[in-house]
Amino acid sequence: MGSRIISVAALLAGATMATATFAADMTGAGATFPYPIYAKWADAYKKATGNGLNYQSIGSGGGIKQIRSKTVDFGASDKPLKAEDLEKDGMIQFPAIMGGVVPVVKVPGVAPGQLKLSGPLLADIFLGKVKKWNDPAIADMNPGVALPASAITVVHRSDGSGTTFLFTNYLSKVSGEWKSKVGENTSVSWPAGIGGKGNEGVAAQVQRLKGSIGYVEYAYAKQNKMAYALLKNRAGSFVEPSEKTFQAAAANADWKHAAGFYEILTDEPGAESWPITGASFILMHKAQADPAKAIEVLKFFDWSFAHGDKMASELDYVAIPPSVVGLIKESWKANLRGPGGAMIWK
Amino acid sequence: MNRFNLFMSLVATAFGLFWLAWILWTLFDAGLAAVRPEVFTQMTPPPGNSGGLLNAIVGSLIMAGGATLLGTPIGILAGVYLAEFGRRGWLAPTTRFINDILLSAPSIVIGLFVYEAYVFHVKHFSAIAGILALALIVIPVVIRTTENMLKLVPDSLREAAAALGAPQWKIIVMVTLRAARAGVLTGILLAVARISGETAPLLFTALNNQFWSVNLDAPMANLPVVIFQFAMSPYEDWQRLAWAGALLITLSVLALNIFARVIFRNRTASV
Amino acid sequence: MGNRLRRQDAAFRFVTQGFAFLVLLVLAGIILTLIAGSWQSITRFGAGFLISSEWNPVTEEFGALVPIVGTLVTSAIALLIGVPVSFGIALFLTELSPVWLRRPIGTAIELLAAIPSIIYGMWGLFVFAPLFADHVQPLLIDVLGPIPLIGVLFEGPPMGIGVLTAGIILAVMVIPFISAVMRDVFEIVPAVIKESAYGVGATTWEVVWNVVLPYTKVGVIGGIMLGLGRALGETMAVTFVIGNAHRLSSSLLAPGNSIASALANEFTEAVGELYFSALIELGLILFVITFIVLSLSKLLLLRLARREGKQT
Repeated sequence: MGSRIISVAALLAGATMATATFAADMTGAGATFPYPIYAKWADAYKKATGNGLNYQSIGSGGGIKQIRSKTVDFGASDKPLKAEDLEKDGMIQFPAIMGGVVPVVKVPGVAPGQLKLSGPLLADIFLGKVKKWNDPAIADMNPGVALPASAITVVHRSDGSGTTFLFTNYLSKVSGEWKSKVGENTSVSWPAGIGGKGNEGVAAQVQRLKGSIGYVEYAYAKQNKMAYALLKNRAGSFVEPSEKTFQAAAANADWKHAAGFYEILTDEPGAESWPITGASFILMHKAQADPAKAIEVLKFFDWSFAHGDKMASELDYVAIPPSVVGLIKESWKANLRGPGGAMIWK
Repeated sequence: MNRFNLFMSLVATAFGLFWLAWILWTLFDAGLAAVRPEVFTQMTPPPGNSGGLLNAIVGSLIMAGGATLLGTPIGILAGVYLAEFGRRGWLAPTTRFINDILLSAPSIVIGLFVYEAYVFHVKHFSAIAGILALALIVIPVVIRTTENMLKLVPDSLREAAAALGAPQWKIIVMVTLRAARAGVLTGILLAVARISGETAPLLFTALNNQFWSVNLDAPMANLPVVIFQFAMSPYEDWQRLAWAGALLITLSVLALNIFARVIFRNRTASV
Repeated sequence: MGNRLRRQDAAFRFVTQGFAFLVLLVLAGIILTLIAGSWQSITRFGAGFLISSEWNPVTEEFGALVPIVGTLVTSAIALLIGVPVSFGIALFLTELSPVWLRRPIGTAIELLAAIPSIIYGMWGLFVFAPLFADHVQPLLIDVLGPIPLIGVLFEGPPMGIGVLTAGIILAVMVIPFISAVMRDVFEIVPAVIKESAYGVGATTWEVVWNVVLPYTKVGVIGGIMLGLGRALGETMAVTFVIGNAHRLSSSLLAPGNSIASALANEFTEAVGELYFSALIELGLILFVITFIVLSLSKLLLLRLARREGKQT
C-alpha cells in the first residue's frame, strides 16, 4: 500500500505543478449524437492550430443546463431551443452537423433496402396497430416482396435521446393519431414494443429478434450492416438513407426564415429528401465576458465548417451546406458581443 | 445434513467462480487483442485514428487515488467512533443508520450533489470535483467495514492493553485497529473496486477530457467515462479501446488486491 | 492516568466524532439538494406521485410506482440469490477449503466487485441475455409457468432482458461484497469458541450455524446491508438489462424499470424543468425506500434479539 500512496502523491504533486504551465482549453458539453465528429474535428484542429477543444457527451439536456449555468464555453443539443427560450436565456444557437435516423428491420426473406414504408404506416407499426409483417397495409406497399406471417416486434430506445426526439417528431408530423396519443420528446410513453439502451442496444435487439423493427442513427445501421427500410418522403418518392438524401433535406429546409435556426429537418419537401434528417445544435451566450475564449470557439467551428466535411462523411455524418454556413456567420456577427458591446466575430 | 450443506457451500463457491470466469472470458476475448503498446503511450483518439488510453489511465489513477486518500482516513476515523465510542448518545446510532442509507445512494445522485455543491459555484468541471464525488462513495463502505471489524475484536484484548496503562487512543490505534486490519483492508479494497468503474458520478463532476491534462482544476480524462462513450459508439476501433479499458480496470483492481494482501501478509509474518 | 493522557484521549474522541458528524452533514446536504431539485415535482404531483404508474414526458405526467416496484423486486431477487450463495462461499472459505486455496478463491470472488458495472451491463445485454432468452427462460416458462400462483411470475415471451435478468446480474454483483464481509467476520471468531463446540461432538455445519453465525450476527447483517445498498443503487448494469419500460407487469420476465436506471437513462436528456424535477424526486424516493428497508431490518433484529433472550 505504501509505495502506491507515494506514487499517487507524486502524481498529485506533478498535477498541481502542471497547473501553472497549461492554459485552460475550451470546454463544451452536451448532445451524444455529434460526439464522435466533434472529437475528430477537435483532434485535427489541435494538430493544425495547437488549440485544444474538449467536447464531452453528457446528453442534450445536460448541455442545455450547463450552458445556462455557464459551467462550459458552449453547449450542444440535438433538440433545438425555441426562439423565445433562446431570447429568455440570452443565447444564440446554430446547427453544426447533421445526420439521419433510419428504420432498421430484421425480417426473414427481406433483403436490405427491399422493404418500403410510408410515414403513416411506420406510425401505425410503432403504435402497435399493424401487428403482422404480411398485414395488407405493408403488403400493398411492397408488391413482389415475400413477407412472412410473423408478428412485428417493435424495438425503441429506452433512454432519452435526440434520436428518439427526431423519430417521434417525424411520426407526429405524419400521423395525427401518433401526435395525439404519443407525441414527441427525447423520451415518450411507448404504446408498444421493448426498449434497448442506446443506439447499440436497439441495434443488438433488432439483430437478435426475428420480425423486429427499430430505429437507429445512420452510422449504426451502416457500421452494423443492418437491413434498413426505404421511406416515402413528403414529395411521394421512396428514398434510401444516404449522405445525399440527408443533404437534400437540409438544402430544402428554409433556414433563412427560421428564427434562431429553429429548424427540425423532418418531413422536408423535395423529391430527394430523407424524411428523418436532423441537425445538432451549438448554444452560446450572446454576451461574452471573456471574448477571447468565445473567439476561439467560433474559430474552431469556422475551421470545421471549412475543413471538416470530409471527416464528417468518413464517420457517416453530413456537413452543413455552405449557404447555411454563411447564415450562421451572419448570426455570429449580429448577436455575439463582448464587454462594452464590442463585436466578437467580424 | 452436514454433508449436504457443506456440499452446497462448494456449489455456491463454484457458482460464484462460474460467473467470474464467464465475464472474464468475455473481457479477455474482446479486450486482450486490443491491449497494444499504444494503449499506454497515446491519447484517446477520434474514430478512424490510431490512439490509446494514456490520458484516461492517468486521470483515473489520479482521481481514484485522490478519492481513496481522502475518503479512507475519514471513513476509518468515523468507523472508530461508531465502534469504540458509540455506545452512548444519539450521534452513533444516527450516523450508523445514515451511513447505511448513503451506501445505497445511486452514484448519479452523489455526482449531482457534488455538482450542485461545488461545480455549480466554481463554474467549471474539474478533477477535484471528481475526487470529491468518488470519496463520498468510498467513505460509507470504509465506515461500514471498519465498524464491523472493530466490533468483532474481543474486549479481552482491549482490557489487556488497558491494564498495561495505555491511553485509549493508543489502544485503538495500536491494538484494536491492528487486530482488525485485514477486515479494514478488505473494506478499502472493496471501496477502490467500487469507484474504479464508476461512470455516473464523474460525468457531472470531472466531465472527461479528450486530451492530456493533469490539471486538478480542469476537466480530466478517466477510463469509465471513456469506456462508456466508446462502447456505445458505432465505430469498431472505439469499441475495441472500450474493451481494452475495461480489461485494464479489472486487471489493475485484481493486481491491487493481490499486491495489498501480499504486503499485508509479509508484515503480519514479520510482527 | 495523567492529565496529558486524558486530554489526548478526549482529543482523539473528538476528532473521530467530528468525522462521524461529517457523514451526517453530507447526507443532509444530499437530501437538501434532492428536495430543492424535486420541489417542483413534489408540489405538482403530491403524494399521487408514489402510486401513479404513468410516466409520460410528452404530457409531463409522472409517477414513480413502476420504478419503485422494479427497484424493490430486483433487489429482492439479488438478495434471495446472493445471500445464500455468499454464505456458502464464506463457509467454504473459512471451514472447508484447504488453506492454500483460500487466498486465491477469496481474491477471485472479490474480483467480481472489481469488474466495472458498465461491463456487467454490456455483458448482460450482449452475452447473457441472448443465452438466457434462448435456453433458460423457455424452461422457466414451461416448468414454472403452469404452477398456480408462481406461474404468473413467469409468463410472457422470453426476451432475455427484464426484471429477472436484472435481478440475477445484481445478485452476481452483490456476492463479492456480502461474501467478503462474511468471510472476514467468520475468520475473526476466536478458535477457542469453535473448538469447544467441536469438542462436544458438533459437526462443521452445526458449529457454523449454531456458534459462528450467532457470534457474527451483527457483522453478517452489516455485509448484507452492504450488498443491499449496492443492489438498490446500482445504475449502469441494471440500465442495460432491465428493459426500461414504465409498465407494471406481474411477470418477472417482462421489462420493467428501477429508480437508479430511470435516472441514468433519462437524466442526461431530460429537457423541461418538471421532467427533470420528477427524475430528481425519484432519487429522493430511493433514499426514503432505503430508510424504510433499514428501519424494518432493525426492527427484525430487535425482535430476534428478544426471542433469543426468552430462549436462554
